[in-house]
Amino acid sequence: MAAGVATWLPFARAAAVGWLPLAKKTMPKPPVDNSSRSDEILYLNVSGVRFQTWKNTLDRYPDTLLGSSEKEFFFNEDTEEYFFDRDHEMFRHILNFYRTGKLHYPRHECIQAFDEELAFYGIVPEIIGDCCMEEYRDRKKENQERLAEDTEANESMDAPLPPDSTPRERLWRAFENPHTSTMALVFYYVTGFFIAVSVIANVVETVPCRPPEGRIKDLPCGEKYQLAFFCMDTACVLIFTFEYLMRLFAAPSRCKFMRSVMSVIDVVAIMPYYIGLVMPENEDVSGAFVTLRVFRVFRIFKFSRHSQGLRILGYTLKSCASELGFLLFSLTMAIIIFATVMFYAEKGTKGSTFTSIPASFWYTIVTMTTLGYGDMVPNTIAGKIFGSICSLSGVLVIALPVPVIVSNFSRIYHQNQRADKRRAQQKVRLARIRMAKKGTTNAFLQYKEDRALGGRDSDSTALCVKNRSAFEHQHHHLLHCLEKTTNHEFTDEMTYSELCMTESVGFRTSRSTSLSSQQGAQNNPTGCCPRRARRRAAMRLANSTASVSRGSVQELDTLHIKTTSIPPQTRSSLNAQADDLKLNCGEQDFTAAIISIPTPPANTPDESLPPSPAPIPGILRNTRATAFTHETVKISSL
Amino acid sequence: AKPYEKAVDGGLLPDANGKEPNPGGQTEGSKWQRPRLSRKSLMKCCLVKWIIASTTQQGPDSSDSDLELSMVRHQPEGLEQLQAQTQFTRKELQSLYRGFKNECPSGLVDEETFKSIYSQFFPQGDATTYAHFLFNAFDMDRNGSIRFEDFVLGLSVLLRGSVTEKLRWAFNLYDINKDGYITKEEMMAIMTSIYDMMGRYTLPSVRDDSPGEHVEKFFQKMDRNRDGVVTIDEFIETCQKDENIMASMQLFENVI
Repeated sequence: MAAGVATWLPFARAAAVGWLPLAKKTMPKPPVDNSSRSDEILYLNVSGVRFQTWKNTLDRYPDTLLGSSEKEFFFNEDTEEYFFDRDHEMFRHILNFYRTGKLHYPRHECIQAFDEELAFYGIVPEIIGDCCMEEYRDRKKENQERLAEDTEANESMDAPLPPDSTPRERLWRAFENPHTSTMALVFYYVTGFFIAVSVIANVVETVPCRPPEGRIKDLPCGEKYQLAFFCMDTACVLIFTFEYLMRLFAAPSRCKFMRSVMSVIDVVAIMPYYIGLVMPENEDVSGAFVTLRVFRVFRIFKFSRHSQGLRILGYTLKSCASELGFLLFSLTMAIIIFATVMFYAEKGTKGSTFTSIPASFWYTIVTMTTLGYGDMVPNTIAGKIFGSICSLSGVLVIALPVPVIVSNFSRIYHQNQRADKRRAQQKVRLARIRMAKKGTTNAFLQYKEDRALGGRDSDSTALCVKNRSAFEHQHHHLLHCLEKTTNHEFTDEMTYSELCMTESVGFRTSRSTSLSSQQGAQNNPTGCCPRRARRRAAMRLANSTASVSRGSVQELDTLHIKTTSIPPQTRSSLNAQADDLKLNCGEQDFTAAIISIPTPPANTPDESLPPSPAPIPGILRNTRATAFTHETVKISSL
Repeated sequence: AKPYEKAVDGGLLPDANGKEPNPGGQTEGSKWQRPRLSRKSLMKCCLVKWIIASTTQQGPDSSDSDLELSMVRHQPEGLEQLQAQTQFTRKELQSLYRGFKNECPSGLVDEETFKSIYSQFFPQGDATTYAHFLFNAFDMDRNGSIRFEDFVLGLSVLLRGSVTEKLRWAFNLYDINKDGYITKEEMMAIMTSIYDMMGRYTLPSVRDDSPGEHVEKFFQKMDRNRDGVVTIDEFIETCQKDENIMASMQLFENVI
């Protein structure tokens, strides 16, 4: 209900006294209203800007944040005001909504920011007043389109092939996105070249060449070098046929492919040749055959696969179909009208070229498009008057739909530009995200190291502790808890990949007893690191007792893992699978591989794991190695 | 004191002497003069007028000027006077006026607005007829719009008045032509409008003779001397004897 209704409700209730003498039954008891009767002023502090309003104003919309008891959560007892840590400029509009009952959309604000504010205050955007609703909807639609393009672009082109694609799918992909593989690119350029060659040949063969000896008349080159042109044509058609058949084979939906515009163009481009082959050298039919050769020029449309601009143009024309239709219709109307008028105006003159109304069509078209060939010219005064009106109106009629088409083209073209720009931006953004993740992981590993260092080197730890915020501390603690929960450890990508590299040498180490049994069942032949772990274990045998074997090899970067098929494995279980493991690093796409991180023996008797007979203490990152040097085993040294 | 009305419009403001300016008119003492082919006389030529009218955008302008002349604003009496006339406290009057002014910035409620507001409370049925009667009950000086004083005076009677005053108000509502008698036709109209507010989907459904039947019962109860009309005294007397009605009169006292 609108704000006004709430204001008028007491009045409507009071007017109900008029029903009382007529009532058939007794009236029900009125609800008891315990709220304070007197109206009070509330103070709303939004990021320091104080707003004041009557309580009644806010109570008008009881299903919003400010109108309900939800605002009590924001009440600050010390200052006796409601404090909101939000944008005060947008709050102005929100508060005005309570006051006037109309919500306005500020045009200079970002649509998403506005939506978020509305969502926070519990106001439904549908109640935006008519004055601002159109603008709001337009901006929102534009924004959504942009976001949709984003996700589309993400999914469509640059997504890597699923590993289990059939050759057919791969072939189709190669055709659709030539830049995915070199072969596709080569094929793309070759076809482009042959299209150009074919078109040029078609053009050149009509140019008059010098006649051979014995003839006086100029011959078109096509007839002089008939064999050469025929061979070139054959070659081109062969390539085009091959390409078409390959596309047909690779297409996921053959029917849809055969109905698509490009395939029709392909067919039309190569059909004349085959028809010409098949057709006998008959006089009557060869006339028709000559017309068929005209269709060879359609090969030039095959370029639209190669040129984005052409595609945009075609798409624009398609999307402006209604405007084009209107243009055509209005032109037709005008042509008929003016042709009729001109015909009857010029009917009397001797030797007039306006022999019939259809003949006048030509004059009208030439005049309306301001061509003015001059082959048909009015001679009477009336004819000239109407002729001038015709040419003036022609300019107007043609000028009207053109800006619409132009703006459509511009919009689509810019959309395409934006898509390309966005793709580039995405790449940069992904790279940045990767770096940030790596930074977090490194920070966490640092934290663990420092924790391990603990009391040993208080100065340095104090230093690095200072540089970390409370947030980071808590975050690291959280990651640490996760490690303890799963009994695996985080590590970083570099060390993990290095381990994978040095995977080749694998030799068994003694199994650890306790942990292996359960996890052995979940073995998964994708961890390459177990071998490395075993190698390390072998190297570490000397230092076995003190260091606690912590964690195991796993891939735990939850942020960026693409394949989820790798269950965490303890080191020991990985040991157990020594024989089955194969180097499989290529399939995983993590940003932070997990490698076990040892701790210095003295400090942390790491709780969860009993010391296994084959500890793997090597620290697998080559960062700080202050107190650790004697214990660290750099991967590269393995 | 009567509330004064300010005619506010952007166009023709009366000048200090109260004389209306004469736009484009001739000054006093004009004699009939031979029409000369001057620009003025040309402008008055019908054809020229028509051409200019069709080419310029005159439509909205003329209606705008009409609108401006009719948009009056009303300021209510002072707070003290209203306090004296009604039973509301100062704070209550302030609160009421704030709400009223917010909804009707011009200070007046016309019948259409009133109907639309009242209809919002009864979405299932058609409240326009009853709202019309209600409007007339509030609009005491019958000038076609409810001012804040009417509004507040009516509310004062309904919420803070004595039982007799409330009954008098109700009688005034039922008496459509304000002649002091409620006839069967008037009551029928009122009753029909009340049943209209119920709408179609009721249990049991409203039959065509439901209002009539209700009117009959009312007259049986109220019309003592069976003369076909109910006078104010009959009405008040009967109601005072009915405990249900008397008890229910206290119901709405806490609305504001």
